[in-house]
Amino acid sequence: MESALALHRFHFAFTITFHYIFVQLTLGLALLIFVLKTMALKTGDERYNHAARFWAKIFAINFALGVVTGIPMEFQFGTNWSRFSKAAGGVIGHTLGMEGLYSFFLESSFLGLFLFGEKILGRVGHWLTAGAVWLGSWLSAYLIVATNAWMQRPTGYTLGPNGEILLSDWWALVFNEWAFWQYLHTLAGSMVTGAFVMAGVGALYLLLKKQEEMGRLFVRFGVIAGLIAAVLAAFPTGDQQGMLVAKHQPATLAAMEGHFVTGERAPLAILGQPDVEQGRLDNPLLLPGVLSFITHKRWDAEVKGLDAFPREDWPDNIPLLYYAFHIMVGLGTIFIAVMALSAIQLWRGKLYTFKPLLWALLVMMPLPYVANTAGWMTTELGRQPWVIYGLMRTVEGTSPHVSSGNALFTLLGFMGIYSLLFMLAMFMIWREIEKGPAPEGESEAAPEAGY
Amino acid sequence: METLPVIWFCIVAVMIAMYVVLDGFDLGAGIVHLGVARNEDERRMVLKSIGPVWDGNEVWLLAGGGALYFAFPALYASSFSGFYLPLMIVLWLLILRGISVEFRNHIHNRVWKPFWDVVFSFSSALLAIFFGAALGNVVRGVPLDASGDFFLPLWTNFQPGPQPGILDWYTILTGVFAFLTLTLHGALWVNLKTVGEIQKRAQAVARVAWMGVAALTVVVTIISFQIQPILATSFANLPFGYIFPALAIAGLAGMFVFMRNGAEDKAFYASCAYILGMLTSVVFGVFPNVLPANSDPALSLTIHNASAPAYGLRIGLMWFTPGILLAASYTIFLYRKFAGKVQLEAGGH
Ligand code: HDD
Ligand code: HEM
Ligand code: HEM
Repeated sequence: MESALALHRFHFAFTITFHYIFVQLTLGLALLIFVLKTMALKTGDERYNHAARFWAKIFAINFALGVVTGIPMEFQFGTNWSRFSKAAGGVIGHTLGMEGLYSFFLESSFLGLFLFGEKILGRVGHWLTAGAVWLGSWLSAYLIVATNAWMQRPTGYTLGPNGEILLSDWWALVFNEWAFWQYLHTLAGSMVTGAFVMAGVGALYLLLKKQEEMGRLFVRFGVIAGLIAAVLAAFPTGDQQGMLVAKHQPATLAAMEGHFVTGERAPLAILGQPDVEQGRLDNPLLLPGVLSFITHKRWDAEVKGLDAFPREDWPDNIPLLYYAFHIMVGLGTIFIAVMALSAIQLWRGKLYTFKPLLWALLVMMPLPYVANTAGWMTTELGRQPWVIYGLMRTVEGTSPHVSSGNALFTLLGFMGIYSLLFMLAMFMIWREIEKGPAPEGESEAAPEAGY
Repeated sequence: METLPVIWFCIVAVMIAMYVVLDGFDLGAGIVHLGVARNEDERRMVLKSIGPVWDGNEVWLLAGGGALYFAFPALYASSFSGFYLPLMIVLWLLILRGISVEFRNHIHNRVWKPFWDVVFSFSSALLAIFFGAALGNVVRGVPLDASGDFFLPLWTNFQPGPQPGILDWYTILTGVFAFLTLTLHGALWVNLKTVGEIQKRAQAVARVAWMGVAALTVVVTIISFQIQPILATSFANLPFGYIFPALAIAGLAGMFVFMRNGAEDKAFYASCAYILGMLTSVVFGVFPNVLPANSDPALSLTIHNASAPAYGLRIGLMWFTPGILLAASYTIFLYRKFAGKVQLEAGGH
């Protein structure tokens, strides 16, 4: 049974992580494309429309991957986590059901119109469809994040006579405080991805000295959006998330920070390797009092360490949790620095020819993906050993009749198909980048990603 | 009988039926794709006829699944884990099919495009068969245990006996039946959306498929009544239920008549009516069971023992009603924008 549990967990982790690679770019680009379309409409400058068409092609490929990898997610709650679904379906089924009805329909219907309907819809109509796609994808993110937030911090339920979880307050489920900050933080993270991808492609064009006009436009948009998003990711959204974790999941916070011993004026660990057996951090670099300040806004507040909790309530993979969290925060800090430097150079009019920063923007393209993945690993490993925090243990959530052999078979199947998908997607996106935004005139004959 | 579970049962049934009717025609278009569309222009026509709508069609499955999840969590949990292997295969097929539609036209060469055409056709055909077999499994019943769980292997001895597999001779038959039904549905869609040679070929396919569907309608109905005695009881208890099979028969006859008259749109709508009629007949037939147990009827999952508590079902109606109206209006808007025969831009891709 033990190994079946491990496989079910890895099965879910693998498929959701893969899904999230694509949706973070969808969320980021959806807004950036809408902004480009808005600029085109307001200024009448066709260059914005060219830029929007180019990004729409990449968006379409990326979106298709988000869709085909999203469908398995919807099913896996039932296939691999049937005990969890039976217990919690009456609650989280609401947010998942609303996601289907309110956002997938909006997104999928209007994406078709956005990609194929530029001619039949006219300028304003086409701008509106871009807005609908943006709205649909951001709404979808809220509802799914609210689902996850309920598992992190269950609200709006009562327990029945046999311990059943009964929804008692729908509003508390949908407007969970945790969902609010988690949503804003994930959106900030997605905007960071979208902005880095746009800036990175622009930097590539400038370094290659091709498509330079578009290259400058992409870099300008990417850097401005990237700076705003990177700052928002840290403050207020990341900071508030941290406070929520401290309040509702104190054991998780202690593990994330590698904070083993309860104490006042708790230090923040910048570096160090957690040693779970000895209950301490090796080679630490500590800032005294900072952890107390971050979590309680008081320098001398007491922060509970792992020693304050029974061992069976500790997250079961503390080192990975600790590193994931530190990778996210470290990268977040670097993002702010790089985007701030780029913005200063942009403002001084020197960025487009300043090779070191253009190179930095180019090679940093994959890092927001790393940060986002690390962030989710923090969240999901931090929730352990619970699948619904404080209510249901992860061991109790799996499908009792699905053997480890069957879980392994389908996990391998997904790994195979997803590797193929990933290669194809990279190949096709690279071709679009190489082709570049269509120059004047040609764009009319080649409808975007058309049939 | 409490009304809320009944309402939700109807909603889920209608959502799934909408899915089969809508995604059914693009699955069907996939099945006939290789046969009726012989050159690049024709293939682009088939793909273009479904390109803007297939994802929206699939969302009916997701939204139906979402409604199922919160209204009947025990059914969702039991059936999804019990049908683990076929569902995973369905997911892989859905993935392959989705990307074949989306990726094919990005690269123009003689290896890329035919490859995705074949993937598209095969995945569509297999999906139709699997969906049919799934429906067959629900009608036949599954070996539920006392906690409402089961696990079916892909096949055992191909008999619908006490230890059946997903595939036995009965569910294979329903799979073939679904395959033919969607072939017909897809051919009528292509007939509606195209002109010229490809349309003629689609009509030829539709004529042959119609005969197969008509024959299997009779055969499968007779066998189903033998395999699942609940069906006969349901119709005997509530005779108004006969309107569902009547709708199916009207659809079947309608297809025949309209195909002869060349009324392309009416023939397609008749096929929709046929599918709706058949599905609602099945659903009515097993009601109030949602997943019959083949061993002991007392273990069957019904709308009562599988549904969520009343508060959730009531508040669910509050968000569901405006949501479904919105969803229906986008769907209608989308189909109207892309109504009429498919036009190919010269030189486009
Ligand atoms: C580019 C992406 C990105 C960046 C730069 C950051 N984050 Fe983050 N973070 C995420 C992307 C992300 C995420 C993937 O979106 C997560 C996972 C789940 C969630 O709600 O957001 C997340 C979760 C997450 C959590 C919740 C952990 C839990 O629930 O157990 C905290 C406390 C922070 N972040 C804090 C921060 C801070 C203080 C940052 C300052 C630099 C920061 N994040 C930068
Ligand atoms: C917002 C919607 C999400 C929901 C509802 C959700 C739900 C779940 C569930 C049910 C599990 C299995 C139970 C468990 O192991 O605790 C799980 C595990 C996991 N999820 Fe999520 N998840 C979501 C988003 C994500 C994202 C976007 C990522 C990563 C990019 C992610 C990463 C993981 C990982 C790494 C695990 C395995 C944790 C472990 O086994 O220790 N999750 N999640
Ligand atoms: C376990 C959790 C999840 C499930 C069940 C799930 C389900 C799905 C499904 C079924 C689709 C396809 C919709 C269509 O056919 O149009 C989809 C797409 C999408 N999902 Fe997820 N998802 C999950 C996690 C997430 C997370 C964590 C986010 C973001 C915060 C997210 C954001 C999106 C977006 C923006 C899309 C549409 C864009 C695209 O396809 O790239 N999803 N998801």
